[in-house]
Amino acid sequence: MIKVENLVKKFGDLTAVDDISFDVDAGEIFACLGPNGAGKTTTIKMLTTLLRPTSGTISINGLDPATQSNEVRKQFGIVFQDPSLDQELTAEENMDLHGVLYHVPRKIRHERTEMLLKLFELWERRKSYVKEFSGGMKRRLEIARGFLHTPKILFLDEPTLGLDPQSRNQLWTHVKNLNKSEGVTVFLTTHYMDEAERVADRLAIVDHGKIVAQGTPQELKDQTSTDSLEGAFLALTGSTIRDEKADSAAGIRQMAKMWRK
Amino acid sequence: MNAIYILWLRELKRYSRSRAMVIASLGQPLLYLLVLGFGLGPVFQKAGQGSYLQFVAPGVVGMSVLFSSVFSGIGLLWDRQFGFLKETLVAPVPRVVVMIGKTLGGATVATIQGLLVLAICLIAGFRPVNWATLPLALVFMILTAIVFAGLGMAIGSMLQDMQGFQLIMNFLVMPIFFLSGALFPLKDLPSVLSFITRLDPLSYGIDGLRSVLIGTSQFEPLLSIAVLCGAAVLFVAFGGYSFSRIQL
Repeated sequence: MIKVENLVKKFGDLTAVDDISFDVDAGEIFACLGPNGAGKTTTIKMLTTLLRPTSGTISINGLDPATQSNEVRKQFGIVFQDPSLDQELTAEENMDLHGVLYHVPRKIRHERTEMLLKLFELWERRKSYVKEFSGGMKRRLEIARGFLHTPKILFLDEPTLGLDPQSRNQLWTHVKNLNKSEGVTVFLTTHYMDEAERVADRLAIVDHGKIVAQGTPQELKDQTSTDSLEGAFLALTGSTIRDEKADSAAGIRQMAKMWRK
Repeated sequence: MNAIYILWLRELKRYSRSRAMVIASLGQPLLYLLVLGFGLGPVFQKAGQGSYLQFVAPGVVGMSVLFSSVFSGIGLLWDRQFGFLKETLVAPVPRVVVMIGKTLGGATVATIQGLLVLAICLIAGFRPVNWATLPLALVFMILTAIVFAGLGMAIGSMLQDMQGFQLIMNFLVMPIFFLSGALFPLKDLPSVLSFITRLDPLSYGIDGLRSVLIGTSQFEPLLSIAVLCGAAVLFVAFGGYSFSRIQL
């Protein structure tokens, strides 16, 4: 379903994604784990047509995001790391807008909106503005929205960041159920090892833009002779803390970025 | 088509739900109209140019259309900040369609804003020479709104954060306003100034408004319409190009 070969993304002299290759099969839940700044989000952006790769090939359900971006966009739903809802609209209006943008016929749009909002326990609040929602409710709404157009692939970029254990638990239950019932392929990134171990069929550990290991959770534990995924993760990526770079040069770069060339 | 409609509708919903913003955005035109209108009135009268309030009212209407439409494009920065931009960028809709929906939404809001200011002008004592041509004013407002909503989208696509906003305000939007003849007649200007004012699309928008509202104009109204249409095509195309190149 997703096929990536020798993918590279450079920002100036910084190599964010360094020659990675992997495959995700249809109907699979694939997790991408890695420390901060490892290149997870950059990879997702390239898979979802938001960034053009420096080199390498990507195939999403047989289509190339760089040249067939519109076709590729029909294949997936995505939940971003940061919120992407319109705060000034109601939950229902956000769903509706999404449905129209994804060419979902009106009748199906309404049916699925009702089904998904009920599933994610937001139906009672459908007429409320998103700005009045809690963090957990916004996340749930985003995930419900991601499923609205029955995508073949769902990308989840750290979907549980900042959620309490109850919400996290419920969220993964729903994602797993929809993965079974609608056969959607799920590609997710997370920091939480327990989540990855629980939901993912296979996973890849990335560090410094490279894949350092991939396989099922059990394979990774065996490979590193550790008894938990967290242990395997630390064995593979080391225990140094990654500070994302921010120096005086970054400030200037920020200013320069203001004007896109 | 549906996508254009829903994105247009979104701009209108956001506008109608932010009453405080609507009222706030009427403050500046009101200052120009009342303070300049009555303040410069006597001098203008003595110079033999008639009523300044009559003269400046179309300029103030044009100004509110300009600001409102440019800001609608710069609203992309908010969409970027609050993340909604990503939702539209990954949607299976050509970027140009997204851009056109937003531009038309912004232009509609700007036109409504212009009509509100025109209503205020009428309350303040402005009287059009011919009520029959009043609807024609709408044509000039819509065209002006599309031109600058397109420009606003181009700017909004290029800016990455709010820091660039002041730069755009002081070096682009304010000059467009001041050089448009909104506040002074374009007649008998020094040749350099006269040349620059002719490059400013807003000059034609405001001059067109004057031709239908107070019956005086510097350019042929048809020429103004032609220039505005040309500028609209150019700026919307430029805005569409910039928007389609956004990477996150």
